[in-house]
Amino acid sequence: MFPIEKYHMAESVQDAVRALAEDENARVIAGGTDVLIRLHEGHKDYRNLVDINSLDALRRIWQEDDGSVCIGALASFTEIMDHPLVQKFVPVIGEAVATVGGPQVRNRGTMGGNICNGAVSADSACAALVHEVDLVIENVDGERTESVIGFHAGPGRVNLKHGDLLKYFRIRPENYLNMGAAYYKYAMREAMDIATIGCAAGLHVTDGAISELRLAYTVSAPTPIRCAEAELAAKGQPLNKTTLGNIAQTVEQDVKPRTSWRATKEFRMHVIRTLAAKVITNAAWKIGEKIA
Amino acid sequence: MTVGTSPIRKDAVAKVTGKARYTDDFTMPGMLHAAYVRSTIAHGTVSRIDTSAARSMDGVEAVFTFEDVPDTLFATAGHPHSLDPDHVDVADRLLLTKHVRYHGDEVAIVVASSKLAAKEAARAVVVEYDELPVCVDAASALADEAPSIHADGNVIKSHEFIAGGDLNTAVDGADAVISGQYHTPVVQHCHMENHIAYAYMDDFEHIVVVTSTQIPHICRRVVGQALDMPWGNVRVIKPYIGGGFGNKQDVVLEPMVAFLTTRLDGRPIKLELDREECMTSTRTRHSAILDCRAAADEDGTLKAVDVAMTSNTGAYASHGHSIPSAGGAKSCNLYPRSVIRFSALTHYSNIPAAGAMRAYGSPQVIFGLECALEDIARKIGMDSVDFRIKNVARKMDINPLSNKPIRSAGIVECLEKGRELIQWDEKKRRFANQEGPVRRGLGVACFSYGSGTYPVCVEIAGCRLILNQDGSVHMQVGATEIGQGSDTAFAQMAADTLGISYDKVHVVTTQDTDVSPFDTGAYASRQTYVVAPAVKKAALELKTSVLEYVREMTGKETASLDIVDNNVVAANQPDCVIASLADVAIDAYYHKQRGGQLTADVSHKTRTNAPSFGCTFVDLEVDVPMCKIHIHQIFNVHDAGQIIHPLLAEGQVHGGMGMAVGMALFEELLVNPDNGRVLNNNLLDYKIPTFVDIPDLGCSFVETMEPTAAYGNKSLGEPPIISPGPAIRNAILDATGVAVNRMPMSPKVLFTHFHDAGLL
Repeated sequence: MFPIEKYHMAESVQDAVRALAEDENARVIAGGTDVLIRLHEGHKDYRNLVDINSLDALRRIWQEDDGSVCIGALASFTEIMDHPLVQKFVPVIGEAVATVGGPQVRNRGTMGGNICNGAVSADSACAALVHEVDLVIENVDGERTESVIGFHAGPGRVNLKHGDLLKYFRIRPENYLNMGAAYYKYAMREAMDIATIGCAAGLHVTDGAISELRLAYTVSAPTPIRCAEAELAAKGQPLNKTTLGNIAQTVEQDVKPRTSWRATKEFRMHVIRTLAAKVITNAAWKIGEKIA
Repeated sequence: MTVGTSPIRKDAVAKVTGKARYTDDFTMPGMLHAAYVRSTIAHGTVSRIDTSAARSMDGVEAVFTFEDVPDTLFATAGHPHSLDPDHVDVADRLLLTKHVRYHGDEVAIVVASSKLAAKEAARAVVVEYDELPVCVDAASALADEAPSIHADGNVIKSHEFIAGGDLNTAVDGADAVISGQYHTPVVQHCHMENHIAYAYMDDFEHIVVVTSTQIPHICRRVVGQALDMPWGNVRVIKPYIGGGFGNKQDVVLEPMVAFLTTRLDGRPIKLELDREECMTSTRTRHSAILDCRAAADEDGTLKAVDVAMTSNTGAYASHGHSIPSAGGAKSCNLYPRSVIRFSALTHYSNIPAAGAMRAYGSPQVIFGLECALEDIARKIGMDSVDFRIKNVARKMDINPLSNKPIRSAGIVECLEKGRELIQWDEKKRRFANQEGPVRRGLGVACFSYGSGTYPVCVEIAGCRLILNQDGSVHMQVGATEIGQGSDTAFAQMAADTLGISYDKVHVVTTQDTDVSPFDTGAYASRQTYVVAPAVKKAALELKTSVLEYVREMTGKETASLDIVDNNVVAANQPDCVIASLADVAIDAYYHKQRGGQLTADVSHKTRTNAPSFGCTFVDLEVDVPMCKIHIHQIFNVHDAGQIIHPLLAEGQVHGGMGMAVGMALFEELLVNPDNGRVLNNNLLDYKIPTFVDIPDLGCSFVETMEPTAAYGNKSLGEPPIISPGPAIRNAILDATGVAVNRMPMSPKVLFTHFHDAGLL
């Protein structure tokens, strides 16, 4: 039993954004794997709910004519993991969401919720950053598109205004073609956990040299981040151990891990460095490249 | 014979099909629900409490605060009552408290028409505090300026014993001595079914409490003491229970629900804790600091072990000093030919209260002892297994503390078997002189344990057998089935002794103190050992009654008769069936001139305590830069005497090993040292290992014959959790040369140690 005060089951996207606009305290509930925990704790901010679970259009995963892969905001982690389009074109998104919770949570939880709740540890965030995913958002004024780059505004905060509803994610071909990508979730146990540090790398290699590196982390700063300095340090460098060592050092300039009871800053920094080399190595392997 | 085989457990079908009814599956018309108002600080006194908003909320029936409860301090530990006034448990609890002693302490309680309404109203109670300084550990709680957490100060008790000779002589004369300090964490039982109880009155004097408890008869007494009412006016019913691991060897919710029903006209009131409450406001395992020394000669003879334990019981005593006391005493069977000093002190602090948890102090003591043993073996340059084989107990050694002979001891064979299973010698050679970031290591550790609590506590068990009209037998025991399989084991024993088949024995799994025979319950790995003689005696008595009745029916001498395969037969010719048990039963019940109901009702006190033994072998891999451990192989080898049910025994060992891996590598209930706030009161932040974190678990037995036991059996319920922790620590030491002297050896702890050792 949960202390829910108002509840509206949305019948369409238009109905949902209207219901959100009408009640300044209304919150979206999708899979419920975060909202119901807040309610279990007695939280006051989640008592007026707009339920989008009947909006099957938001559950689809499809490919557009230009090759863009689209993932509905309401698609469950399990549906994403298992979908052939994800596996073929953006497998790192499937790998990342496969590390969320356990099977039951993955059957309920959605990538839309994972990004929109602004969690610093969101498993899908690193992969989304590496693929520079577009977010297609609707409100009563109409539709707009934002990039995930810059979408996170702080711990638990994103650039959604009240009344906004995320409809789907779009990954354009230039953000996945010829890119090897990998994700590693470093956590205290191998399942049912949140990341101590999450790291994804997207790698383009030309003639044994790194033509482009996209390196993203979670739990390493107040929001999920890309690593501009490390990416710059990698550009044009040979794909070898020395380069990986340099990237691992340079990444320290991009991140701002903090000490909490969960882990110290020093431990997190060690993991951040260690994962840089490990994840780039895995990303290279995905496109048949090896570290020299 | 079914003893020694693995028939399907008595409750298996009911449990896996959802037919088994647990406390929460029962409801009553008009049932009310209660929720605690818990302190938001770890230490202080309530300066103001305002319940007016809560009282006016929908569905709220009543709110009680610390001002409304009896001023009767009571003890909660699930120990048998003691006739010795020096051996009673510490009475330091009130039903609700003005002086809050940990984050989550109980200051008020709301009763409402639903659990949600009660929770919402509890959140609406306004409480203000005068805060007091917070002590979370020994250093702060034992400091001169520490505030008194209870009236008599912060030390509950301390004691010391030296057994087997003079300590200084042994240490001074030894070739080598090592010392070390070892730490064990606060962990929580995490049984699947949270604490839950409800109570009602069915007249004006008697209270009925239905509860998820390991100890119904003890619970009855404690409720009586807490409410200052005759014990016989309390009736405790224990239905199926979803695990306890010692956390329900304590009286936690029952006095409160009993109190509430007396204040609300006998209406039924249910109190069910959330997981978050269960983790902080029931009981935990005591954390411990173990200052150890070990002394040995170059030839591998262990001369002395010296363990000084500081045990943190948290906000309330609960089982208190009994934990280190038992842990120290039970370990004296392991290396009985050395001098042993054990000293311990138990103190209060402002953290959640610790109580009984699987193996009751032994995992703490053995972690210190077996780390120190490893360190001394390495110092004298002797193989870890050889060193232990040389020094562990052998049959008819004398326990230096109790001066009693060890009548069965299979620990040498356990060590030899484990060494073979893990291919110790071959891997030792293979793993020598490793370099690089990923390294393998081997570890071993041993334990000894007791079978019950005698002679510290009374060991009393009861068994009642009733021959039904159809020749089947109903069994009632006071001992509680809490998932460990005791009902199944008792049925096997009764079937064999009576001469009937296992499926003809129906065990009444519910204990009801108005009906069930007296027994103190499930703890101390006692039940198969101390209930077995009661079962055997009852089965022999019933068998005698049956045979005497057959004599009355047939004129054949009792001595010439036997019961085999559910039939009364000629003793010297078992194929010659004289009458089926069903025919005998129906005659006894319904013959108008002779017979009657054939029953046996036995209460038995056990006056022995058989030591059990075992060891863990582990082969693991340390990824130094990733600060992670991967266990390749782990084996527990046990001497638990004769194995009653091999499949259940193996399951028991697997369960214990899994919990042990959790304590060794993952689990710790954390508090903020500055303010005592609990940081991880949930199963996301408290890292109980998942399926993928637990390696394949290997298990093997060395079956000795324990002469003091009714069926040759010794304890097995708790022991599997004791030795994996130090074995894992010793294997990490073997792999890396780094001694991680604290559990859990989690990635962040490994990072610190590897960093300090220069590996990172």
